[in-house]
Parts: sequence; structure tokens; C-alpha cells
Amino acid sequence: MSRHNDLLLQEGLYLTRRRFVKGLSLAGAAAMGLHPAGLLAGAGKGEGMPRLRGREFNLSLSQTAVNFTGSTAVATTVNGSLPAPTLRWREGDRITLNVTNLLPETSSIHWHGIILPSAMDGVPGISTGFDGIAPGETFRYQFDLKQSGTYWYHSHSGFQEQTGLYGAIVIDPKEPEPFSYDRDYVVVLSDWTDEDPNDVYAKLKKLSHYYNLNERTHADLMRDLERKGLSATWNERKMWGEMRMSQRDLSDVTASTYTYLMNGTSPAEGWIGLFKAKEKILLRIINASAMTFFDLRIPGLKMTVVAADGQYVEPVTIDEIRLGVAETYDVLVEPAEGVAYTLFAQDIARSGYARGTLTPHPSMTAPVPALDKVADLGHADMGMSMHHHMGHGMPAADHSQHEMSAPMDHSQHQMTGGMDHSQHTMPTHGGKPQPNPSDFSSGPVKHAPTEYGPHVDMLSEDPQYRLDDPGVGLRNNGRRVLTYADLRSLHTTREDPDPDREIELHLTGNMGRYMWSINGVKHADAEPLRWRLGERLRINFVNDTMMNHPMHLHGMWSDLESGDNNHLPRKHTVIVQPGSRISYRVNVDAEGGWAYHCHLLYHMLGMFRTVIVS
Amino acid sequence: MKRIMTFISAIFISTTLQAMGMEDDPLLYKVMIEKLELREAEGADPLVLDGEVWIGYDLDKFWIKSELERPGGETEELELQLLYSRAISAFWDIQIGWRRDLVPDPERDWLAVGLKGLAPYLFEVDATLFAGESGQIGLRLDAEYEYLFTQRLVLSPEFEINLHTKDDEEVGIGSGLSDLSLGLRLRYEVLKEFAPYVGISWSKRFGDSADFAREEGEDVSDVQWLVGLRAWF
Repeated sequence: MSRHNDLLLQEGLYLTRRRFVKGLSLAGAAAMGLHPAGLLAGAGKGEGMPRLRGREFNLSLSQTAVNFTGSTAVATTVNGSLPAPTLRWREGDRITLNVTNLLPETSSIHWHGIILPSAMDGVPGISTGFDGIAPGETFRYQFDLKQSGTYWYHSHSGFQEQTGLYGAIVIDPKEPEPFSYDRDYVVVLSDWTDEDPNDVYAKLKKLSHYYNLNERTHADLMRDLERKGLSATWNERKMWGEMRMSQRDLSDVTASTYTYLMNGTSPAEGWIGLFKAKEKILLRIINASAMTFFDLRIPGLKMTVVAADGQYVEPVTIDEIRLGVAETYDVLVEPAEGVAYTLFAQDIARSGYARGTLTPHPSMTAPVPALDKVADLGHADMGMSMHHHMGHGMPAADHSQHEMSAPMDHSQHQMTGGMDHSQHTMPTHGGKPQPNPSDFSSGPVKHAPTEYGPHVDMLSEDPQYRLDDPGVGLRNNGRRVLTYADLRSLHTTREDPDPDREIELHLTGNMGRYMWSINGVKHADAEPLRWRLGERLRINFVNDTMMNHPMHLHGMWSDLESGDNNHLPRKHTVIVQPGSRISYRVNVDAEGGWAYHCHLLYHMLGMFRTVIVS
Repeated sequence: MKRIMTFISAIFISTTLQAMGMEDDPLLYKVMIEKLELREAEGADPLVLDGEVWIGYDLDKFWIKSELERPGGETEELELQLLYSRAISAFWDIQIGWRRDLVPDPERDWLAVGLKGLAPYLFEVDATLFAGESGQIGLRLDAEYEYLFTQRLVLSPEFEINLHTKDDEEVGIGSGLSDLSLGLRLRYEVLKEFAPYVGISWSKRFGDSADFAREEGEDVSDVQWLVGLRAWF
């Protein structure tokens, strides 16, 4: 290890080759009304996101010129940095943040996954007494930290999140972590476009598949004819033709406009994380993108997941993780001595990737894998009965699930414990106490009258719990992919009370018209959800669309029913897979107004509810 | 009227979403040049323009549709439609309004009621019933399909028929099946918004329409090669 390297390692945890605010001319900065010195001060921190530590922070939101694509564009940034500075806090501290808005429009910061009073949550018009931070104003956020782990923060105004207003939060725990590591790196994944996000949204409304450059073509038809034969191919085409849907509707916005970033570094350059021999590294992976689901793996390295959405889980060793927008995972890796590895995060539509290198030396790199083949959505992704499944791509457990699809008595089910299908959705833990399985026996699905109309193009006829389904594009790919069925809270949740009541929410939309809603009602037309302080809710989602929706509840944890109710993992963002069901429990313990929405930026305008807890 | 109120309230009334700087259903417009093409025909090569404009919201829009045919620098056919469009189901809009045929002379006015949308098997369909002067009823059915050879190379077959209940000799319309045309266009999407194409079009007039055409010295049936541009913004 050279002295140069040691210096790099000492300089900070976040090392990138990125030229900070590339292509910036002082004249250009002046023209935008920015003080050049401010930008240079940001850039002076070196080649990563600046790291701010302490109890009190001054953050200023401003426009900054960036260049990720070869041309200069204007980003919205915190202290001139994209991603925003990484905030390092300590559990138990009272944190004060003075956020000054130097943008020409109203802004806000939401502390994603942090449990705090509504007034500090930063959602204009919903958080108690908060209407956003007007241009030129400073808002003082102050709250006590009752948690530890990896989180993030972002703007909750307009499309500012798309244009760069996001950063990492790391909260060091009071008690030592239940695992050890020698070094930790934040890995912020995001999607950048030079386009104005308003134009992106307008294009999606005018031509919803505008950014899809992986539609099925002649070649796919010929391949199907060869592999499946005429009759099977005809039946499949007939079905999709009747539904009038694209089997490749995997992601609304793709690399046709996006440049995927890892810690603000484009794949052309690649982020670099250095390590020393025999080090154990904790990667704090954050999907801070506006619209992109990332599938992340490190060829040659196993990852041991130790926390999901900042909360400890029983360690599980895997090859690959799908990160829905806004999810975070902490993974431990133990690189071999003298070997470089590629952190490879491809988007769900297989249109591009974000990339980094874990390496003992900046000059050592590893090969970058090719993008996976684009997947076709399957029957299950349309919420269709598995009885006419086409036998491709589905994990075995789904078959047993549909055999068990007869409605069954709830109490009887809990008494008998390990029913066939429940066991299927649980990881096997030899010698562990008898699990307390969730009731995954879903009766016939009921759709509200508001779900019928021109604003909804699909209703799931037989949505299933698919916790052990890694999702479209990851099924049977030869790698061990993390699923929600793998997530078990490290701490017991045996003492948690049973739910007092259940509510069902259907995720709805019309892809062609690019309209999104919940229960067929968009946010602008919806009454707030009113929850009682102190109650425990079970929320059952049904996805009546063919897209994954990462649902984020502000202010309260989502205790995900991943199989064993004695170990419900706590999440702030839960992926609801296309055509599926999923359930989680919520302790309604936070008074005030809260946002509850799909975290895909261009879905959330409609697929959103205000929650009022009183 | 309710929609107009929404137009106004969207501008003046501050809602929660607007406090977040977000409008889920903004007022948008789209200008589409479906066809701008030069056809090779016997005699003068016609220039054909088929354009549409809409302005509005997710479920309610105003549409303008126009069709123009100009062989040899002289307009032979010019039609304009002004329609209110309302989404009635996931894939279908009902469109109601007025059509005026500016050329040929004399001008003809029609009431138009149509269905526009995506039929099963992904056919883009525009079916419109026209009620003209002196009890004339016309029906136009247009269907188009897109077959992707690659992500950018798209083959698009199109079918159009016109039916009428009465003869209208002044403008060359015959009752029954008046005309039928089939088109096949192969476009290359340089951008989704910008696609030059080549193609072929076959059209035929039937019954009295055919007779009227013969009297005017026009072709009853014609095959035309064509080059053109499809664009929108």
C-alpha cells in the first residue's frame, strides 16, 4: 500500500474520481447569480460528498451547474454538492438544521425514515404548520434522534429530487452495532437527466412509453416461435394484445434520458472506494433515485445484509439486491486481498447501470459485467391466476400458493401454525422456535367502485403474496437474490400487539394515460386517511398495475409481514410488486399530518394519500 | 362547464399539491403531424398532410384534426375537425364536434361523433359518424397497427373506409361504400418525435363515388409510392 493511498484513505470515507461540479465556469456561475466562492468551498472538500458531523448544521439549497453527460445543466443542490453532504449523526442527540433556501422557488427537506414530529417532517401543506421554505428564507428543523442506521434526505417540493436534492444520513448507534466492520462507505444510487423534469412528466403523459427503448420486437417474436412454438406464442401474444399492455413496461424512465450515478459519479468514470488488506467493509446502500429500481451486485463478492431501511435484520448472505426507490440496505463485504471488485447496479429495465469499484488501489479496476437480458413481465405480474400460468420465470413457491388459494379461517390458520403455503414464504431457519406466520390466505379480491373508469387500465383478478419472489428480471437468474421473505428483524416482535383493524389499499393507474392513484382516486380528489392515535393497523396492499411501487409511509414504521410475525422487519419503504399483495403493520404513534405515497417521483403526484393521525 | 371551472380553479386556488409545487394533471398540448408526405401518382404528385393537435387534461381535451391533399400545388381536399374529447374507458375517448370540408367546393358541414382509442390487439382506431346537411350520414373507420422490427424501425399498416347514406355528386360522394384505402409505411424513429418514412398507399372508390370520379377524369383506383415525415411535440 503506497503512501499516496494511505493519504487517500485518511482523507475521508468518500473517495471518488468525480470532478466536483465539472465543466463549471466562474462566468457561468456568476450568470446564475451564485457566488463562485461558495461553490469552490464545496468543491474544496475533495472528491466525494462532503461529510458533515455534529448536532447543528447549516444547509443551503441552491442552483449549481453540473456536467454528468458532457453538457452542462443546472442542478438543485445542498451546499453546492450533488449528492448533498452526508450527515453523520448520533443516536440520542438533538439535531438542529438551519436550511436556507437560495433557490428561486419554494423548497423543503424531508428526513426520509427518521421518526420525528410531524412539524419537522418537511412536507409542505401536510406536515403540521409547514408550508415549505420560501425563497430566501431559513427554516430551522430540530428533533431528537431515537434510532440509528442508514437513511437519507431529499426535497419534497416539485421535482427537485430529480434535479439533485438528495443526500445520505448515517446515525451512529448508542449501543455498539451487532456486527463489526473496519470501514464504511455510503453508496448513493441516483438517476440524473439533463432534461427538465417537467418535460419528462409531460412526455410521459403524451407518450407513456417514450423512454422505453426495450420494447418487444420482431426478433423476440421469432425467438418465441422457435422456443415455444406457434401455439404458445400465439396464446401469449393474444393475451397481451387483448390486455393492450406492454410486456416490457418495466420502468417509465430509463437510460434513454438517465445517467445513473453512484455517489454522484457517472458510470464512465466510476466511483472508487478504497480498502486495505483484510478489511471488512460496511456498504450503506441508498437508492436515492427519482424513478429507478436498481439491482445491485458485486461479482465475486457475497454480501451479508445486516440492516434494511436502517433497521437491523438477521444477517443473510446473498449475491444480489433489488433496491426499490428510497430503500436502503446495509451490507457487509469482505474483499480478498489484492483484488478489485465492481459494484454493479443495473436498472430494472436493463437500460443502463451505475458503477463503482472497491479496490485496494485506485489504478486497479475490475471488469464491468454486461447488462442482463431484458425480462418480460409474467402472468403473476398482472395479478392473474396462476391456474393458467405459462410456466416461465416463476419461483416454485407461487405454485404452492395457488394450490392453497381457498379462503381459510383466520384463527384456525394461526392455531395450526405452519400451514403449507406459509412455510413456503419463509426462509428456513433450522432449530429456530416455531414461527408465528402471517395470514397470507387471501380471499377473493374486491375492487372499489372508484377503481372502475377511464383512469384505471388493470385490476388484479387473483393477486397473491409473493414475498419470496425476487421480482421480474431476477427470477431464476442463477444468483441468490434477496427477497422480502429473507428479512427477519434481529429483535423479536413477539410482544407487538396484534392489529386492531385492517385497511386495504389498491394501487391503481392507467399506464397509457399516465395517471396514478390509490383505490382509483388521485390525491387531489382524495379525503385524507384518518387514523387513531394509539391504534395498530394492518395495511393490506393490492397492486392493480403492472409496475413495482415503493410505498413510503412518513412518520411511522411499516412492520412488514415477511413470514414470521415474531420477527417483523421494520421498513419505511415497501415495494409492492406488480399484481401482488403485501401486508404490513403500523403502530399509529405519531400525531399530525403525514404523507403516504409511491416514491416514484412521477407517480407520487396521484398515488398519494395524506394521513391524519389524531 | 365544470371543466372550465377546473381550468380556473387550477390557476387561482392553492391546493396541497400546489403547495408542494406539483400538479398531477397539468394543462398540456400535443401537436402531431401524423403524415406529411409526397406521393408519386399519375399526373401531379400530391402532397398529403394529416395533422392533429390536442390541448387539455388527462381525461378532457380539445382536439383539432385536419386532412389536406394538394396535387400539383392545388388543394383538392381540405378537411377540418374541432372536437371535444372525453375519456370514457381505459382505452377509449369519445369525441364530439364539428367537421367542415373547406375543399372541394361547395363547403360541407358535419356534426361528428367518434370513438378514438386502442382496440384489443393494439389497433389504434378512430371511428367517427358524421351527420351532414340534408340527412347525409357518413361513417369513417380508420385503424392502424405498429409492428416493431427494431426499437426504431416500425412498420405501420393502415386501413381506412368511408361509407355514406346518400349521393352528393357536387363533392363526389357516392352512397354505400364510398372509398377504401390501405397504407403501409415503414418509419425510422430517429427520435420518438421525429420519424421519416417510406411507404405505399392503395386506394379505390366504389359505386357512385367511382362513377363521379370517372366523370371528373380522376382515377378510380390508384397505387402510390410515398415518402414522408411523422413528427410530434
